[in-house]
Amino acid sequence: MFRRLQTHQGKVVTVCVEGNDVRVPAGDSVAAVMLAMDLLPTRTTAVSGAPRAPLCMMGVCFECLIEIDGVANQLACQVQVSEGMRIRRQHGAGDPAS
Amino acid sequence: MNAPRELVIIGAGPAGMAAASTAAGLGVDTLVLDQQPAPGGQIFRGIGQAGPAHLELLGSDYQAGTERVASFVHSSADYQPDTAVWSLGADGELGILQRGEARMISARRVVIAGGAMERPIPFPGWTLPGVMNAGGAQVLMKSSRLVPLDGVVIAGSGPLLILLAWQYMRAGVAVQAVLELAPRKNLWRAGLRLPAALRAGHYLTRGLGYLLALRRAGIRVTYGVSDLKAVGNDRLEAVTFRTGGREQSLETGNLLVHFGLVPGIQLTEAAGCRHQWNDGQQCWRPQTDAWGNSSVDGIAVVGDGAAIGGAVAAVHAGCLAGLEAARALEHIDAAERDRLAVNDRQWLQNDLRIRPFLESLHRLPETLLSGTADDTLVCRCEEITAGEVRAAVRAGHRDPNQVKFITRCGMGPCQGRQCGQAVANIVAAACDRPVSEVVPFRVRPPLRPVSIGELSMLESGNNTA
Ligand SMILES: Cc1cc2nc3c(=O)[nH]c(=O)nc-3n(C[C@H](O)[C@H](O)[C@H](O)COP(=O)(O)OP(=O)(O)OC[C@H]3O[C@@H](n4cnc5c(N)ncnc54)[C@H](O)[C@@H]3O)c2cc1C
Ligand code: FES
Repeated sequence: MFRRLQTHQGKVVTVCVEGNDVRVPAGDSVAAVMLAMDLLPTRTTAVSGAPRAPLCMMGVCFECLIEIDGVANQLACQVQVSEGMRIRRQHGAGDPAS
Repeated sequence: MNAPRELVIIGAGPAGMAAASTAAGLGVDTLVLDQQPAPGGQIFRGIGQAGPAHLELLGSDYQAGTERVASFVHSSADYQPDTAVWSLGADGELGILQRGEARMISARRVVIAGGAMERPIPFPGWTLPGVMNAGGAQVLMKSSRLVPLDGVVIAGSGPLLILLAWQYMRAGVAVQAVLELAPRKNLWRAGLRLPAALRAGHYLTRGLGYLLALRRAGIRVTYGVSDLKAVGNDRLEAVTFRTGGREQSLETGNLLVHFGLVPGIQLTEAAGCRHQWNDGQQCWRPQTDAWGNSSVDGIAVVGDGAAIGGAVAAVHAGCLAGLEAARALEHIDAAERDRLAVNDRQWLQNDLRIRPFLESLHRLPETLLSGTADDTLVCRCEEITAGEVRAAVRAGHRDPNQVKFITRCGMGPCQGRQCGQAVANIVAAACDRPVSEVVPFRVRPPLRPVSIGELSMLESGNNTA
């Protein structure tokens, strides 16, 4: 579990995480939002369904794969939140139809 | 494709920013690309939004970034954030991805300043949610002010362990334990290198200061730890380890691991640069000369992406590469370059004096590099265990690239960034050969998955892959 050090005073945006609207700091990465909300695991693997979560936060481990605005396999740690963004945890290879 | 730029710099960390300011200041048409949304690289992540309290909390090394970023932003270099480079050819042609569109651009000269990544070391339970890289958790603190809520265990080896524990302590985080996994005998080896290190003594004073502050706060740093395991079902519940012959267990929801840094060699591999084994740092590095020139004409590589030297060394090396670019592009002559380089060469040399000491202090034992238990996952993407890699070697595939072909280890989305070194170490040990003689995974573009939609923007005929 993570917590925020100070209450955020800068710009906020509203994003939709797993169907719920939440207000988050505009500078956050999608991975930071998921960790702040303690939504772990952020995905399950395609091979065995094992639970996983962000590891490196710098775009090299690909453990943070997630569905953003209906597109699966985005790197949550490399995408900054934006107003109205829809974020969903990813199960397995990601549902191509969603 | 547009007309070639004179100089393209990949990475806006300390090295890239310094190279850019230097080259642009000498009249070179300079383009800087970085996949992050803001300049600063790994060490100065989030510095643009950091208020005074946050700057104070993170310490003086971080504060230095404000000035570095400002002088870069005020230079005449053209800086494009949110731009990932996914291919690089020996001819200076780059594939870039910007706002969901893939494009090719070309450069007369390229400086790679892509930095390092935390060395992946597989250990039992390392894939459990709740286990993160320590530097990654530090990114969360720098960029989003996120810190562990109720307790954290920090484990591995390297200066970052102590720095992060100190930063957390100041932020009021309960640091349950700091576990140093390098063997105790390292102290003797490091001791021999201490006299030379004293000439970059400020690093030692600062490190000791952090250690003293931790001790005063009652935070335990345990040395000589082995057998680290992360335990839990769907999530981390406890950390177990061995010290002084005894097995210990700590209940925790956060384990942050760090085993030092290794150069990110994807770009230099893709461009066909020659690499060599760096025994002191226990990793491969691109071969470079004193100016950062790689074995490929027109491509230089500087900063932690060339060899781990830290942020200050990265700045000086960046300046030198900027001067060399200006010379190669005929904005200055060699005599002028040499004259302008005097200070940076000296400072670079002085700063690097700390490295042999740090490298021997944090040298990892073979048990961590190649001794991974058979049932531990090595390849997180394709879920291949150390045992499967060893079985492939026993079946006659005595080379990482053959092991990859047979097992799919390293073929997932991360393209072997996480498992490549472990596989090389395990294969070398299984063949009873030094790892320096093993050929690491070959790298092929795209260096990150590029979707059909993104590629559709490429003009036909410009496909390099
Ligand atoms: C996670 C992490 C945390 C760290 N924390 C500290 C710390 O607190 N204190 C400290 O002293 N040192 C720290 N270090 C080490 C420090 O980052 C380096 O010593 C220093 O930043 C090296 O500077 P650089 O310019 O070589 O590389 P970096 O600062 O790493 O900069 C490289 C830049 O290149 C960009 N890049 C890489 N590949 C591509 C690509 N393909 N396309 C586009 N852009 C790309 C990256 O986004 C990055 O901004 C940390 C390292 C890591 C990995
Ligand atoms: S957390 Fe490693 S790539 Fe996103």
